[in-house]
Amino acid sequence: MNALRHLTPEHQVAALFLIVFGLLTIVSATLFLLGLRERRHPMHDERWREELAHLVKLQQTTWVMVVAFWIGWTLGDTAATVLFALISFFALREYITLSPTRRGDHRSLLLAFFVILPVQYWLVASAHFDLFTVFIPVYTFLAIPVVSALANEPNDFLERTAKMQWGIMVCVYGMSHVPALLLLEFPGFEGKSAFLVFFLVGVVQSCMLAQHLVGRLMERPAFAPNVSRGFNWLGWGIGVALGVFLGALFSFITPFKYGQAMAMALIACVAGSMGHLVMKALKRDRGIPNWGRRGTGVTGANGLLDRVDSLCFAAPIFFHSVRWYFGI
Amino acid sequence: MWAGKWLGWVMLALVRLLTGAQARWWGCPPKAERRIYFANHQSHLDLVMIWAALPHELRSITRPIAARDYWANTPVKRWITTEVFNAIYVERGGTPAPAAEGEPLADPLAPLQPLIEALQSGDSIIIFPEGTRGHTGEPQKFKSGLYTLAQMFPEVVLVPAWIDNVQRVMPKGEIVPVPILCSVTFGAPIALAPGEERRVFLERARDAVVALRNV
Repeated sequence: MNALRHLTPEHQVAALFLIVFGLLTIVSATLFLLGLRERRHPMHDERWREELAHLVKLQQTTWVMVVAFWIGWTLGDTAATVLFALISFFALREYITLSPTRRGDHRSLLLAFFVILPVQYWLVASAHFDLFTVFIPVYTFLAIPVVSALANEPNDFLERTAKMQWGIMVCVYGMSHVPALLLLEFPGFEGKSAFLVFFLVGVVQSCMLAQHLVGRLMERPAFAPNVSRGFNWLGWGIGVALGVFLGALFSFITPFKYGQAMAMALIACVAGSMGHLVMKALKRDRGIPNWGRRGTGVTGANGLLDRVDSLCFAAPIFFHSVRWYFGI
Repeated sequence: MWAGKWLGWVMLALVRLLTGAQARWWGCPPKAERRIYFANHQSHLDLVMIWAALPHELRSITRPIAARDYWANTPVKRWITTEVFNAIYVERGGTPAPAAEGEPLADPLAPLQPLIEALQSGDSIIIFPEGTRGHTGEPQKFKSGLYTLAQMFPEVVLVPAWIDNVQRVMPKGEIVPVPILCSVTFGAPIALAPGEERRVFLERARDAVVALRNV
């Protein structure tokens, strides 16, 4: 670890990616060999094979995400912001697809996709932090219903407006806080903001993964079975604990001390896992198991929102906690 | 020619970015044989959607039909429709169904002539047998053109297709599309049974399309 400290920030980030890629390669190779052995000498039951297929899928998404982050990091802050803007766009597309809108919403939707989303990310890229944190909660909050009202369609007005505002809050406002971390300027931490993004994403995704795996492996009664069959306090606790542990482990890459890193990881994990639960409730209300085209098909961005929703809720809270606590 | 190709590529990228343009080959695989795809019709963009959903190899040999009054009313649109989509123009409304059984028509084949020529030259075609766009989401009654073509070309495979969600991308009267995921589901081919009546066949074809809504 001391050797790592002496490297330049650039090399530290590169080393970090190397470690992550290495770990992923080991996991992928193990899964591949397990699958190969199973195909030659089947020795497990159907359920075991299903679990394996599920793990392989999970590992594939992780690969895609890590490679995307890596590309974002190599191309610089602006490219990373554009990358997150694209993720926002695809996530919002999925959200709107499954939220029935009416003809009168057309102009509001155009406003959301082609004005609000680019402006929000432009505010991030140009580090207008004061405006960026209030643009959607304050200005968009009024703009969307005004455009809808001008469309002269009063049916289900509150419901339609609320759905749209919600989607923009989650998919655009929440997600835009991830690249905003890149532009936070900690004294003595210049050029290393990518670590903060890595810290947040790594901690939250590990927490979600652990929670998910515990939920599948240990059969426990669900706490709110009408919303999520997999959610129970044991799995949640293990997930958050793992996240906090990882947070402490990775505190050396952040400007935080041990205690601070653990507190920040705790905040991010609780927000992320609870946000995921909230999105589950939304999906249940719509009667669908996954976001995306009825959970079928493999093309396009299907199910992207499932992967990033926890991040959308964790990022704003993490961002504001960091800014408030460190006074930057 | 190259401009048409380039524009086609750009439009494909755009359609995929906005709608995903997902093809779901549920009842039959994509195959280079002579086919008539018949689909529900809710938006002018249906034509673009089904064009984008087809695999590259089939796109060049599959010709969609386009309503002349909408797709050929400006030079730009006419150029796009011919160069990019390789479309066949038809007059809106399709073949009018005869008012009463056995009543002779002036010339039932005249509006279908361009489609017949395309099929004779070995291409596949995409048609919207409702004739006009529906507003309710429920497909209207099918016009008899499909029946006539099925009679004339018994060896051509008839593939039903359901285009989902397109009407939300661009409602009537709007010009800028909104990003919403759409899909085209292709069903199992149907065939005209020997001696099958026109109405029975058209009703069966419509049911085959509607059945794809929930798969």
